[in-house]
Amino acid sequence: MGGTFLSLQGFWFVVIGVLWTGYLVLEGFDFGVGMLMRLIGRNDAERKTVIGTIEPVWDGNEVWLIVAGGATFAAFPSWYATLFSGYYIVFFLILIALIFRGVAIEYRAKRSEQRWRSAWELAIVIGSVVPAFLWGLTFANIIHGVPIDSHGEFSGGLLDLFGGYAILAGFASLALFAFYGAVFLTLRTTGEVRRRAKVFAIRLVVPAVALVLASFVWSAADSGGIDGKWIAAAVLAGIAAVFLTLSLGLVFSDRDGAAFAATALAICSTVAAFFVALYPSVLVSSSNPAFSLTVFSTSSSHHTLAVMAVVALIFTPIVLAYQTWTYWVFRARLRGDSLPSSELLRGPDGRPTA
Amino acid sequence: MSALAVTTVELSRWQFAITIIYHFLFVPITIGMGLFVAGLQTAWYVTKQERYQRLTVFFGKILLINVALGVVTGIVQEFQFGMNWATYSRYVGDVFGAPLAIEGLVAFFLESVFIGLWIFGAGRLSARVHLATIWAVALGSILSAYFILAANSWMQHPVGYRINPATGRAEMTSLWAILTQGNLLEAFAHVIAAAIVTAGALALAVSAYHLMKKNEVELFAHAARISLVVLFVGAVSVVTWGHFLGQLVASEQPMKMAAAEAVFKNEKPASLSLFAVGPLEKYPSKTTLNITVPHLLSFLTDWHWNSEVKGVNDLQRDYQKKYGAGNYKPIIAVNYWSFRLMAGIGFLFMAWSLLGLWLARKRRLERSRLFLRLSIPLLALPFIANTFGWILREVGRQPWVVEGLLKTSNAFSRSVSVGAVAFTLVGFVLVYTLLAAIETWLVIYVVKGGPAPPAGEGAQPKRIELGY
Repeated sequence: MGGTFLSLQGFWFVVIGVLWTGYLVLEGFDFGVGMLMRLIGRNDAERKTVIGTIEPVWDGNEVWLIVAGGATFAAFPSWYATLFSGYYIVFFLILIALIFRGVAIEYRAKRSEQRWRSAWELAIVIGSVVPAFLWGLTFANIIHGVPIDSHGEFSGGLLDLFGGYAILAGFASLALFAFYGAVFLTLRTTGEVRRRAKVFAIRLVVPAVALVLASFVWSAADSGGIDGKWIAAAVLAGIAAVFLTLSLGLVFSDRDGAAFAATALAICSTVAAFFVALYPSVLVSSSNPAFSLTVFSTSSSHHTLAVMAVVALIFTPIVLAYQTWTYWVFRARLRGDSLPSSELLRGPDGRPTA
Repeated sequence: MSALAVTTVELSRWQFAITIIYHFLFVPITIGMGLFVAGLQTAWYVTKQERYQRLTVFFGKILLINVALGVVTGIVQEFQFGMNWATYSRYVGDVFGAPLAIEGLVAFFLESVFIGLWIFGAGRLSARVHLATIWAVALGSILSAYFILAANSWMQHPVGYRINPATGRAEMTSLWAILTQGNLLEAFAHVIAAAIVTAGALALAVSAYHLMKKNEVELFAHAARISLVVLFVGAVSVVTWGHFLGQLVASEQPMKMAAAEAVFKNEKPASLSLFAVGPLEKYPSKTTLNITVPHLLSFLTDWHWNSEVKGVNDLQRDYQKKYGAGNYKPIIAVNYWSFRLMAGIGFLFMAWSLLGLWLARKRRLERSRLFLRLSIPLLALPFIANTFGWILREVGRQPWVVEGLLKTSNAFSRSVSVGAVAFTLVGFVLVYTLLAAIETWLVIYVVKGGPAPPAGEGAQPKRIELGY
């Protein structure tokens, strides 16, 4: 089956790309903040500040993942089915990490005991590192190819998902999100926390750029032929590298908002490079290029794609509007020494615990 | 089918059942308590009475502990269709994926974005806008239930689709039909009512605990009275809508209701079974003891005293003719007892809330220690009823995953090994057990801690502060 990009399949491929971009741009800094939490926050008050930067927004950010998954299910059922069943253990690990991380962000502050807080902080760190790594690995495998048979089913084993290339991409996304989280923290905090976040941003930018470019070069080299779309993807990857370098300069000159925007744009360009290089495939088969799943071989019927396009076009702007408004409400920087006054939790003995 | 495939299906079913039952422990609290807390905050906004502010914050904290687990376990459910049921996903994704995607975009975003604003926004938003955020959360969770039930109702009673002869897959022909079918509307009303019962029972148990301890008696006597009204309204609604849903299911999925009522042969008129015992097998074809009320099942099924109700054995014969050889019976005892347990709890809460309201009217509620003491363990019952309601709906549909279209035994992921499913099943059980223990302990801790003390004389007017 073939088709043109100017089709409902092409439109939905773009929508899926936009949803993943939204997810990675938003939860990307949540991951980074989570990973660096104990390194940048050296004591309880500072950690509270660090977590406080994402507490009001992480939940809404994660919904982008749910919607990306749901949209893939609705628009490209066979893509969704083969991806989620083929990457079974990887997705299981992502789920467990996201479960612990989400619960940890909410539960950490509920008790003041050192052990309680340390345990949940550890859950936040691991729960941020694991998905940040595994999303990189997953996307690398999607484009680099894993064994897929003539029925469109994954036919490999777990080790097929852990090739050197995929692991490199995992580290690339880990470094990129760590950098992004540090940049986000410089924008959202003041004082000692901000100063330390700036140091981390400066340290992390070189590994982030190097690993992202290395993954891209490996991917392009293995793709078996440089054509127009790979050139376009190379331009986008180059733009991403430029934005990352630019954001470093902006971090240095304390233009935090611009630095954050540049990093966010770098992530957008990276994701865009991925989807441009992937099209029209959605899952590359390493067994036989003819077995690769494409937007045309996996899509829902014309009717479903059309109806869902209307739904998406109506509701996406509404969601964007109120989510943007949330960020506006919580725009004030957080300081390590002035915490929002809060209702105290009381223990069974009636004494405050937090 | 190979033995390995059979085991994969079985383990995948257990995993789905365990994770979704677990998820649905939190969902009714989120929906019911969300409405309850939104109501309390509205009362505070309108009356400016401090007691409503204190109750909003106190019950809000209990709500939030549950929302966290409800959200993260919900992601598992969406992923699991693709992970464990890839054949299902390919076959019906065209139809079934749509309500799931809409749920994320229209409902889940609303709930998740506004809950952050509600928790942390009190100091940054006006009282009116802050009140609107909790209503947005409540609306989001209710819409979420609606779209998820739209997907589930389609599995019970597929509408608005056709089978594409070229691919053999189901394709959507009318989203409108899927979003407006009777099965969905009645199940939705039933589920929302069940969530209200859950919230009422939870608030009653918490209030009863503090009244027993003579802690903040005035505040919790008031909370208990509100809870009893909520519980009564919820219980009457849940039983009423349950009845209508049952009538619809009897016509749309007669096998499910026949099994739930232990009707084995076509009966005209049909008697309602009060207590039945059958041979000890999964799929018996008769009862050995059955205490019945004549004509009552006919009446309940379609308001006619002498109408016919089809029996399991006759339906089995009909289905074999229609769909080919095979077993088309669900596990009879599971259907029969799930139904009775669920319905019994619904009626019990009607009676219990009436008793409580009568005590409150006589101004004896605070001193009725037996009523208060029993109200605490009764909190287990809505969760049992919610769980068995879903067991009836889902086990009652077997052997189908989509009634009449696709069997569960064919719907699994062929690329996932038995070992992988066993590994994740054990993993989910361990993680979920650990989190359930922490969550229960944390809720008890917050409940026992009680509400924050009232503001002293001349204190600043309070806000709804939930951030920590």
